[in-house]
Amino acid sequence: MNRVATGESRSLARPDPLGLALFAVGAVALAGLPFVVFKMNRIVPGVPLDFGAALPSRLAVPCLLVCALSAAAAVAGRSAWLRLVTALGGLAAVAAAAAAAADRLTPPGNLVFRIAPGAGCWLLLACAALLAVDAAMQLRPGPIARVLGLVICLGATGMAFSRGVFDDLSIMREYAVHAHRFAAEALRHLELAFGSLAAAVAFALPLGLMCHRLPSLRAPTLSLLNVVQTIPSIALFGILMAPLAALSAAVPLAAKLGIEGIGAAPAVVALFLYSLLPIVANTALGLQRVSPAAIEAARGMGLTEGQILRGIELPLALPAILAGIRIVLIQNIGLTTIAALIGAGGLGTFVFQGIGQTAIDLVLLGALPTVALAVASGVLLDALIESIDRSRA
Amino acid sequence: MARVGAALKFAALAALATFLVVPQRFASLFAPLNPSGAPPIYDQGNLLALALAHLGIVCLAAVASAVVAVTLGILVTRDRGARFLPLSRTLVGFGQTFPPVAVLALAVPLVGFGEKPTLIALFAYGLLPVFENTVAGLKAVPAEPLDAARGMGMSASERLRSVELPLALPMILEGVRLSVVINVGTATIGSTVAAKGLGEVIIAGLLSNNDAFVLQGGLATGLIAVLLYEAIGVLERRVCRTSRIA
Amino acid sequence: MIEIERLTKAYGGTTVVDEVSFTVERGSITVVVGTSGSGKSTLLRMINRLVEPSAGRVRIDGRDTAKEPAHLLRRRIGYVIQGNGLFPHRTVAQNVATVPRLLGWDETRIAVRVRELLELLQLDPRDYADKFPHQLSGGQQQRVGVARALAAEPAVVLMDEPFGALDPIIRAKAQQDLLEVRRRYGTTVVVVTHDMDEAFRLGDRVAVMSRGRVLQYDRPAALLTRPADPFVTQLTGVADRALRLLSLRRAAEVATASSPSDPPIGNTARVREDASLRDVLSELLWSGSPAAAVVDAEGRTLGWLTVAAILAQARAS
Repeated sequence: MNRVATGESRSLARPDPLGLALFAVGAVALAGLPFVVFKMNRIVPGVPLDFGAALPSRLAVPCLLVCALSAAAAVAGRSAWLRLVTALGGLAAVAAAAAAAADRLTPPGNLVFRIAPGAGCWLLLACAALLAVDAAMQLRPGPIARVLGLVICLGATGMAFSRGVFDDLSIMREYAVHAHRFAAEALRHLELAFGSLAAAVAFALPLGLMCHRLPSLRAPTLSLLNVVQTIPSIALFGILMAPLAALSAAVPLAAKLGIEGIGAAPAVVALFLYSLLPIVANTALGLQRVSPAAIEAARGMGLTEGQILRGIELPLALPAILAGIRIVLIQNIGLTTIAALIGAGGLGTFVFQGIGQTAIDLVLLGALPTVALAVASGVLLDALIESIDRSRA
Repeated sequence: MARVGAALKFAALAALATFLVVPQRFASLFAPLNPSGAPPIYDQGNLLALALAHLGIVCLAAVASAVVAVTLGILVTRDRGARFLPLSRTLVGFGQTFPPVAVLALAVPLVGFGEKPTLIALFAYGLLPVFENTVAGLKAVPAEPLDAARGMGMSASERLRSVELPLALPMILEGVRLSVVINVGTATIGSTVAAKGLGEVIIAGLLSNNDAFVLQGGLATGLIAVLLYEAIGVLERRVCRTSRIA
Repeated sequence: MIEIERLTKAYGGTTVVDEVSFTVERGSITVVVGTSGSGKSTLLRMINRLVEPSAGRVRIDGRDTAKEPAHLLRRRIGYVIQGNGLFPHRTVAQNVATVPRLLGWDETRIAVRVRELLELLQLDPRDYADKFPHQLSGGQQQRVGVARALAAEPAVVLMDEPFGALDPIIRAKAQQDLLEVRRRYGTTVVVVTHDMDEAFRLGDRVAVMSRGRVLQYDRPAALLTRPADPFVTQLTGVADRALRLLSLRRAAEVATASSPSDPPIGNTARVREDASLRDVLSELLWSGSPAAAVVDAEGRTLGWLTVAAILAQARAS
């Protein structure tokens, strides 16, 4: 089959094509694209500044050196560890350079000027991150190592933010304005995403089991849930507002429980509905894939139906069920952003406010943490699924 | 059972077409949702034009992302591109964790408001399933026919065109199908950044508290998604039949 | 002892097993043989009530099996199926320990029993106890399946095509293992197979089934010499039945009974006492020796066998 060139087998004479490609992109980004964008305030279009104009040479040179080092390692380096470390170094150097440029370009005490990372900066960050991911993958980290890597990355980033390293960058300026709401909205985002997930798991697992046990139930259930998935999210959020408002008006208890037409209730219900299909389908599929011989043998040895379900079927279907939960969790984190449109809160509030005010930094303040949240959830659940698979392999 | 399903799909198509062409016929159906006397049928634009704009943006993005994703999928499964395969697979998995709204929102700073950010978001989002399925389909081509093709003296590009791609085609189409259905829904969110489409109807409903609008936009989009899904399914089965793959 | 009385299973209008009755003696191996669709598996599965009988009853050591909950009954009966049905998420040791755990044995007793069984089936516990099923070869998986069935010291073991998925050499080894298990624990075994050779090799008694009925339940030799039904003749084969019959007699029983007092003149072959007459005849024809010395495990000569004596045996039966 395909011969995959690994870090070990490559010779110095032959440069790594991936490293070369990313180096080329990085070089173009550094030389030809704006590193930061300088704006007089948060809304007006800005003035692009390239790397040389943004930074004094005493800061630019060390940053360039680190970048050159990681590029050299990427193109010619044999050791994956070397490439990982230098790529992470490059990532940190570019981020630090952006922060330094913002610090330098902002007069002390000025809270109106905005210095945003430019296309060149984002592209450089992306190249360094790709190099790091590629090198890390060649080390074939196990699930625990991956989670550890995630924790270290998040910890380092969090530390940099809490130390105020990036405080002069436009996104953090926007954060400073909205700081009093940020934590609450982030928490609300998590509540909506995970709350609806928990409800969906509690309902979809038994439903998936029923679909497996009663084959006649399976096709209609899955078709119905499939149709639910095709309804656009903003429409489903909107459609649910009316009946919940009616419920709240008609049943005092419902109103007391906080069920209203606007806000969290329709969001949770819609997220719950979207969550059903992946979990139900994966549960039924996972149960269906359990070897019939194993179940027959279990029954023949005198396990009760409950013991077979708990001891054989569910453990064997668990990776498939978790894969369904992974899909749902990531989907929910994304969809919760849209729930802000119906007043449910969450990080989407910043995204839509930003769109409304054409304030890009505010959009990013909502979007970037959402992406980070989704990616982190994906890594965690992947690691969990793989560790279960590994324990059997 | 199959006949009932076909009849149902035909009825859905007929209902959708009628609704888009002469929406006022359905006024009595939606009137109970707005007891306050607000208009029961969307009146701020032509529904058919919006639906066509919606479809157009989805199809344009789908064609572009399919061409790019299949090309990339072919490249990384050749010997020369093998170095890029693991990273591109990880990237695709990573890309799928990006919420669609975030993709949309991040495209706005690059190209401004309107159709363009929506097109970019749909394009980027559509790449993922097609690329994934192209790679999986090409990787799943059994070794024997490839060996036979080489034995018969076919060049690498002849093998690709007459053996690998035909065998991988059902998987590739399945990827296109998935990406189109996701994009029909995602395109509605495009209306928050001022793209033309059925999302406008929903947003207008949300803004004016008009449930009838929300329902109309939602149902029309949902029906389009379901019907497109079925249509590509029919195409897929036809392709499978001609290439004799079960 | 298993007593099967007028056992019947009908699905709708189709009778799959039709008033089958026979008795399996304690410590014996009974092989139920038949073509696919003959009802042999259904019959077996009614013994541990994986299939509930429509009529008739089964008694094990005098107790009616219908009188206790099915899952408790099954814990007293070992069960081995084709393709072994090992639990892929549990180690070899955990698989073997399944029923003892259900029965609430203490951990020491379970550990001792698991080690004993793995050693009996030539799976060194140090190497295999913590392996997962997919890390084993097909033959090893099958042995773990047998060990698991024997774990709770069942008096009765049921086997449904237990060696069907194995290649011929490993299958012969597995059949030897089963005979060894029976010798060591005195287990009563019922085996279902479609393989007549297997039936002849393993069975103290063979039940031939066709279309839900037992056509004949008898010693293997009797199936050859006094077939009760044309189908039995067809199944056992006509062309080589004389040789089959020879394969059922052991060298020792004939040699001690009918050997000449003096050693024969010329080169003599040596055969083990548990070799079949068919094997001895083959050896004599191949080596050209006039006679074979039948020896026991220590190498002592028990008697002599000549081609003529063997042929006389074949004609006599």
